[in-house]
Amino acid sequence: MAKLESTLQNMILSLVIICVVAAGALAGVYILTKANIDAQEKAKQQAAILAVLPEGCEVADAEEVAGLKLYKAYQGEEWVATAVETSEVGFDGPQVIMVGFDAEGKVLNYVVLKQTETPGLGAHIDHWFKDVKGNQSIIGRQAGALKVKQDGGDVDAITAATISSRAFLKAINKAYAAYKDGNVEAHTGASQLTSSEETNVEQSNEEEGAL
Amino acid sequence: MNNAMKTLTNGILKENPTFVLVLGMCPTLATTTSAVNGMAMGLATMFVLICSNIVISLLKNLIPDKVRIPAFIVVIATFVTIVQLVMQAYLPGIYDVLGLFIPLIVVNCIVLGRAEAFAAKNSVGLSALDGIGMGLGFTMALTILGAVRELLGSGSVFGLNIYNDQFAALIFVLAPGAFIALAYLLAIVNKLQKK
Repeated sequence: MAKLESTLQNMILSLVIICVVAAGALAGVYILTKANIDAQEKAKQQAAILAVLPEGCEVADAEEVAGLKLYKAYQGEEWVATAVETSEVGFDGPQVIMVGFDAEGKVLNYVVLKQTETPGLGAHIDHWFKDVKGNQSIIGRQAGALKVKQDGGDVDAITAATISSRAFLKAINKAYAAYKDGNVEAHTGASQLTSSEETNVEQSNEEEGAL
Repeated sequence: MNNAMKTLTNGILKENPTFVLVLGMCPTLATTTSAVNGMAMGLATMFVLICSNIVISLLKNLIPDKVRIPAFIVVIATFVTIVQLVMQAYLPGIYDVLGLFIPLIVVNCIVLGRAEAFAAKNSVGLSALDGIGMGLGFTMALTILGAVRELLGSGSVFGLNIYNDQFAALIFVLAPGAFIALAYLLAIVNKLQKK
């Protein structure tokens, strides 16, 4: 077959056809993968919530306090801990962290959901503040006013990544503030308890729709 | 047959996109912090390269010359987005690391370069072979570079610990180390090819 001439008509026609076919293909792939992508994100978040809470408790639906999402955990009827999804701008983009507090406001555990810190330096936030070494672990500490040593606090910052460390602690303190606000609200109003994950998913989908 | 073999091996050794043509340096330098990352980026690029080579070779007579570049870019961008969605859905671990760089495959000079220089002039079969060869060459180069940087920078290869990372030179995981490691690899390849 001979090559098409570069007339205006031919050019417009071939580009339009190529674009339409490409758009159709992309729409198809998007529909096919959407359910899976959503499920992956949900699973990642669920795993993070469970990792920062004590074992064997039931997690209630997300509550929104001060722009952060709170997940309260109950053992039987008794409230034992809360997981908070928090974020702060770090050295190179946002750090998104899931952190758990027990009933006394002490840090139970944390999981870094998303971060773009420098590999080998700031990226160590995913384990640095859990390692029992010197003064660097924040597990079991009272949150609220955690500060790195450079700012007059008592937490060891990551070597050569003070900015990342500072942002991390700021995110934790922010989470603690929301946790405290959430508790005040909870004692005045009733909070529902759900155990099935399905209702959880539905609820948060609705929330996203509302946003 | 001889011609087909030559096309296939061309990209792996004689015209290796990274070590000889020195194309597509952005993903090469940015993603090779570890052997696995380098390999995943190479494979993603290879997939796009094969698909775009085939499609462009099929369409070469239907695309008027004056609009060939935009047409090629639309085809390439479509495949890149497909790779991105599929990776996000089925390989979330790798997507977390490479997600940022996947869209960059669109502007990877190798993909557009092969479309323009090879697929637009050759048959579908040869174009597919060229895509496989160039893709393999690129994957191989990125895996080697990733392995070298991982070994020197964090003391392991493919996640297997070789020595204590206390003694590793962190610079090799960071940007300057990418340039240093790539330069030495290029020097070695040049030396070997001269013989």
